[in-house]
Amino acid sequence: MAYALQQLINGVSLGMIYGLIAVGYTMVYGIIGMINFAHGDIFMIGAFVSLIALLLLSAGGLMEGPAAILLVLVISVAITGLYGWAVERVAYRPLRGSFRLAPLISAIGISIVLQNFVQVAQGARPKPSEAVISGGIELMREGDFTVQLTYVQILIIALTLAVLAIFTVLVTRTRLGRAMRACEQDRRMASLLGIDTDRTISLTFVIGAALASVAGTMYLLRYGVIDFYIGFLAGVKAFTAAVLGGIGSLPGAVLGGLLIGLIETFWSAYFSVQYKDVAAFSILVITLIFLPTGLLGRQEVEKV
Amino acid sequence: MIAALREAAIAAAVAFGLFVLLVGLKTEPGSAGTLILRERFGDVALLCGLVFTGRLLMALWRARRAAVEPGAPTRLAALTGRLGSWLAPALLATALLLPWLPGIGRSELDLGILVLTYVMLGWGLNIVVGLAGLLDLGYVAFYAVGAYAYALLAQYFGLSFWICLPLAGILAAFWGVLLGFPVLRLRGDYLAIVTLAFGEIIRVVLVNWTELTGGPNGISGIPRPSFFGLPFSMGGEEGSFAAVFGLEPSPSHRVIFLYYLILCLALLTNWVTLRLRRQPLGRAWEAMREDEIACRALGINLTATKLSAFALGAMFGGFAGAFFATRQAFISPESFTFIESAIILAIVVLGGLGSQLGVAIAAIVMIGGFELFREFDEWRMLIFGGVMVAIMVLRPRGLVGTRTPTIALGERRKISAELVQEGRG
Repeated sequence: MAYALQQLINGVSLGMIYGLIAVGYTMVYGIIGMINFAHGDIFMIGAFVSLIALLLLSAGGLMEGPAAILLVLVISVAITGLYGWAVERVAYRPLRGSFRLAPLISAIGISIVLQNFVQVAQGARPKPSEAVISGGIELMREGDFTVQLTYVQILIIALTLAVLAIFTVLVTRTRLGRAMRACEQDRRMASLLGIDTDRTISLTFVIGAALASVAGTMYLLRYGVIDFYIGFLAGVKAFTAAVLGGIGSLPGAVLGGLLIGLIETFWSAYFSVQYKDVAAFSILVITLIFLPTGLLGRQEVEKV
Repeated sequence: MIAALREAAIAAAVAFGLFVLLVGLKTEPGSAGTLILRERFGDVALLCGLVFTGRLLMALWRARRAAVEPGAPTRLAALTGRLGSWLAPALLATALLLPWLPGIGRSELDLGILVLTYVMLGWGLNIVVGLAGLLDLGYVAFYAVGAYAYALLAQYFGLSFWICLPLAGILAAFWGVLLGFPVLRLRGDYLAIVTLAFGEIIRVVLVNWTELTGGPNGISGIPRPSFFGLPFSMGGEEGSFAAVFGLEPSPSHRVIFLYYLILCLALLTNWVTLRLRRQPLGRAWEAMREDEIACRALGINLTATKLSAFALGAMFGGFAGAFFATRQAFISPESFTFIESAIILAIVVLGGLGSQLGVAIAAIVMIGGFELFREFDEWRMLIFGGVMVAIMVLRPRGLVGTRTPTIALGERRKISAELVQEGRG
């Protein structure tokens, strides 16, 4: 019981990270109908920027504790958002209106570029970082097994909820959010009505990258070790989450992320750690076969 | 000019933002296991300068080019079309004579074998992606199935290469059908991700099933191929290849034999593809690529058509895998990562989907270029990815951008690839 509770806590905090990345996938898919294959690597960039910012702040001895983390988040969001913008501008915008495979292949190219850029610039070795926040709350004790809710996990859950709240307001209440939803429904009509679609799409990428960078910061705080390759697996799993929740649906992405996080954690806890990635991939395949529109997705009608 | 300068300045500012932390500060392991930062702001300045000049030149070039009417790409396409008529025989002749050309040593021949392996993989994947329009990001899985099939059959049952080669192909085709079944209903992008997941599943299983596959250590001591039963041995004893043909024993015999083996396998792939394209099955593939709904309306069995494309593509992947295993004599899951699938797909796409000649040229350029940059080990994947993006942006239709319809009423004309819609899946 205690063990299961601990896994539940771990699963939820992991699922929050997947959920934040999945929102980026689902937004981009909703608005231009492409799978942004490089999104996982944007998450990796976010984690690296956070690591460097964190080291920079602690080397300067300027700040400690929560204020430092907040500043790291701001830096990470700003720079990673810029990456999202630059990627869209360089690799996807010229291909709008090209045949369907072109942006996907371009995205694979960008993914390779980003991974190897970080490898060249920062070295291939895994980067360990010291724990910034340690300790936690002891929830219950069963024999010699204690269930712990660490402060990092509390931070992850609180931060994700806060970010998602801001994001929901942005999409549902602001002018930009309205433009985004309009582009999603009919891009040509939206542009006829005076919406700058190029700008809207750019901003979609920036917002997606910003959410991924928050996920990157949290991943760094939670696991403490990052390398240039973390984006690939995290990307595929977040994509699985987006598909499971129903691609194009924003609440679905978060729900899917939570489910994937829980399934992966419980699978590693009760079955086998080695095959946890196989479990996540199998869920992707099974979802697409039996539930192609996902949990909260809309039925897509194919017209001739 | 002012506008160009302003654009360049903006680009440089963006570049500064991108690079200031990730390039400007390198994390290095310091004392006591913690990381320290090393400053490299000189490199950032250099990169920003490069971006500034690059963007400026691009803007100036665009301004000059705007005066010229657009139409240059079609001229280029016509040129490649004309070149194609004699380039293919010339390439084939060079490939056949390569081991006997002056200045071709062991290392050049090894490179030739590598390039031909990728040509074969490219042609195999071309059946799935180029003809049937099903985007497969996990093609390397079939390559792995073929390689492990040969390695394991040879190790556990002592079967020879020539028995294992068809078995490897059949097993890979079987896996192709197995993968094909669940993804039949999926369209374009989803299919891509599911095949990617499938490729990763196979790799993870290979890494973790240590009792059978040796896990990350792989399988070593895979038997080398024989000349239809005559082994290549250095001693020149009775019954070896050199003794039977009365030759001086030499290590180059095996290399030349391997070269011709992969050449034959690649040409077999090409021949089968070209023949199938004229038959109902091949035409059904191309029709399915263009429009699935119309196909179904015309009574084409989509299930059988898709599965046959998967199975055939996978079979050739399996052949190539068995060849890879016997050439290397050692295989490990390391050789079958996603990046390998991406390289093969890049070859098919850059060559121009569906074009046999384009795929061959792309394989020569990419793999040859890749080997040229071997000294810049860390940089070459970076350049590879950059080239992939650049070609997509500049020539999304690949190097060979025209198609001759496989079958036509009356006169057969070349059509621009712009009119062909690939990959709607």
